[in-house]
Amino acid sequence: MAQHLKSSSKSILLNILRHNIGFSSPSHASRHLRHNLPHGPLSTRLAPNLITRYCNTMVDTLSSIGSHEDTNSQVMDFPGGKLAFTPEIHFISESNEERVPCYRVLDDNGQQLTNSRFIPVSKEIAVKMYSDMVTLQMMDNIFYEAQRQGRLSFYATAFGEEAINIASAAALSPDDVIFPQYREPGVLLWRGFTLQEFANQCFGNKSDYGKGRQMPVHYGSNKLNYFTVSATIATQLPNAVGAAYSLKMDEKDACAVTFFGDGGSSEGDFHAALNFAAVMEAPVLFICRNNGWAISTPTSDQFRSDGVVVKGRAYGIRSIRVDGNDALAMYSAVHEAREMAIREHRPILIEALTYRVGHHSTSDDSTRYRSADEIEWWNKARNPLSRFRTWVESNGWWSDEAESDLRSKIKKEMLEAIRVAEKTEKPNLNHMFSDVYDVPPLNLREQELLVRQAIKSHPQDYPSDVPL
Amino acid sequence: MAARIHGGAATALSTFNPKKLVAPSRTNLPAARSSKRCIVAGGGSDASKKSLSVRHSQKLIANAAVATKAETSATTGTGHELLLFEALQEGLEEEMDRDPHVCVMGEDVGHYGGSYKVTKGLADKFGDLRVLDTPICENAFTGMGIGAAMTGLRPVIEGMNMGFLLLAFNQISNNCGMLHYTSGGQFTIPVVIRGPGGVGRQLGAEHSQRLESYFQSIPGIQMVACSTPYNAKGLMKAAIRSENPVILFEHVLLYNLKEKIPDEEYICNLEEAEMVRPGEHITILTYSRMRYHVMQAAKTLVNKGYDPEVIDIRSLKPFDLYTIGNSVKKTHRVLIVEECMRTGGIGASLTAAINENFHDYLDAPVMCLSSQDVPTPYAGTLEEWTVVQPAQIVTAVEQLCQ
Repeated sequence: MAQHLKSSSKSILLNILRHNIGFSSPSHASRHLRHNLPHGPLSTRLAPNLITRYCNTMVDTLSSIGSHEDTNSQVMDFPGGKLAFTPEIHFISESNEERVPCYRVLDDNGQQLTNSRFIPVSKEIAVKMYSDMVTLQMMDNIFYEAQRQGRLSFYATAFGEEAINIASAAALSPDDVIFPQYREPGVLLWRGFTLQEFANQCFGNKSDYGKGRQMPVHYGSNKLNYFTVSATIATQLPNAVGAAYSLKMDEKDACAVTFFGDGGSSEGDFHAALNFAAVMEAPVLFICRNNGWAISTPTSDQFRSDGVVVKGRAYGIRSIRVDGNDALAMYSAVHEAREMAIREHRPILIEALTYRVGHHSTSDDSTRYRSADEIEWWNKARNPLSRFRTWVESNGWWSDEAESDLRSKIKKEMLEAIRVAEKTEKPNLNHMFSDVYDVPPLNLREQELLVRQAIKSHPQDYPSDVPL
Repeated sequence: MAARIHGGAATALSTFNPKKLVAPSRTNLPAARSSKRCIVAGGGSDASKKSLSVRHSQKLIANAAVATKAETSATTGTGHELLLFEALQEGLEEEMDRDPHVCVMGEDVGHYGGSYKVTKGLADKFGDLRVLDTPICENAFTGMGIGAAMTGLRPVIEGMNMGFLLLAFNQISNNCGMLHYTSGGQFTIPVVIRGPGGVGRQLGAEHSQRLESYFQSIPGIQMVACSTPYNAKGLMKAAIRSENPVILFEHVLLYNLKEKIPDEEYICNLEEAEMVRPGEHITILTYSRMRYHVMQAAKTLVNKGYDPEVIDIRSLKPFDLYTIGNSVKKTHRVLIVEECMRTGGIGASLTAAINENFHDYLDAPVMCLSSQDVPTPYAGTLEEWTVVQPAQIVTAVEQLCQ
């Protein structure tokens, strides 16, 4: 067998050399050097009906030479393309002189800025957006209180980020697949998830689509194209790139959209996913909710760059910084980004600046690491709901009466939803073992039998509200 | 006799009478032994026995268009000869032809054809989109494969070396294994994660790892190990068609094994073990490359008068306790030969499973030969001593059969 290996490794080596004859450099990067291929671009050497990826590499189109016409002595030629030289030692500064400006449409008080450019929003959409923002806020309030009362084990609110949640969802189509972190239930709300369905998941009863297997706020709905929340930070980013790749292969008019926080941008998966998305030319929107805090870590301890938006350029990704508390700005930015992503097959990075008004979750008390005044200021003075409400009312589409009607309706629905969810049975014991595989294998069937035997012999030690 | 269980068409299995299986060779047992306890992983009721064989026959019926074979050498005389990596490639190519959703992603799998040439020629045939070269980040492209699988594709993710998949552990454990469960069954993840592992020829410690021992606890994934061109192609096809995430372990030193395989289409059962050599005296359980060391030792053992039964367990998660159990009940002695480390390897789990389920049938403690708990040294002589050698297997069998 050893002889076999030696001879075939030699032949493998020969194959590599044969493959590369005709290229001036044997590295794989030579694929990108259009001007070095004697046989013409890769795409024409393959069957014409096959889609190839190497049609437009950014590196080739970058203008690198400037005004020098006499190229041979003035230009440096390395894998990756030609570029100009400089005799100066010049380090690129660690940051620009000015921070990247932030796109916004409404001022702090909800008045439209005079020179603002944005995508117009119809009355129906605007009213639905505002109503959903109110619904999200009230839902969060009531579930949070329920947790404090001991009726829920856990909850995480999205206070302060309602505009990001709802406005981005409004700008997308129902076919766009969402890969959330855990602070984006508003996207589900916009798409039609009912308060009852939210409550079912939080209470983990048998009507929960997740069959009671996950913590509260880990929603998922395949029919609304919202992928089940996985608690691990930033692991959904590469998943989104894969989904975008799949959509591109199927040539669908849809993109993948993924959310993450300022903390998530430190994870390795963030960097890898952005790099991959750029190389694969995948239609994916990376929306960063930079809310200033990762549990107790402020952004000054998270990264030293000018936020997250500047990281896009490092990977060759078009990026924009938006006022995340401005619903109209979010809507326009996501709308434009989506168009670009699908039409041009490229990823887009959106950094939405906002503030996390609530605690990280019900297991956190944020007054221990930040001042209550700061939280209060963001909650009152820079509230996304009041800013958008001012604009909607200025168009004559909303009123105090509509507001109080809406709030009382939602409160009634929420309390009813919680009441029903609390009373609904928990999922059956066999759901502990189903869906691990498509068909439960022998070892899981055995283990289920053991559990049932244990419950039978010691019924007082097991919860009585789990149907067997 | 055992070969009849696993080979043959679906009809044979459905009329199969389990009670006929036990060989009447246990003269030293008390006569009071109940005759009802004759098969399958212990403790199971009759219902679970039946459902297992029904499930087996259902699986065979579902793929009834293909013939399943127990023997690895061609019996019909037709067929074609190829190397193991070509068999993997053939299986992959056939599945990519059959289903346009199957795609491949990994480092250097496209125009380079893969580091071990398993994906050679596929990029030219199917295009760059279906055979995707990725940048170097195992966690990212595994995550990408999982996201693509959740949206309808069936990716085959290649790790250039299994050891590199340690970087992908987060995605494999948290997303691949769990999401079907935590989403309540709403999203399936039909990925295949494959790559070469095991101790090679002086590849150094980082490139000689046995990842099956690290992955075996992850709930939600299946693991299989191929060892011949026949089962490599069959397992590759079965893994791609499975709705569960499957990790297919190949071995660096087995890629150039030559064998004749059938021309007609076939797949292998993912949860089934392979009877390599039926015997009476001792059951030797092994997988991947150690199968060949065991067969070499078996030649010596036969010359010395022993009759070992060699089973290639193939399915590392879940274990095929049906086949293994039947063998233990026949021979009453078990030797496990593996390449994993002594601590926490596949052998360790298998020993526990056999002791738990078949303790009454054992005449001697289960013996497990595995590699030592050391990183694999680079020096050739030292490396050879970390891997179980045929001489050690012969000694162990002689010891067990005293």
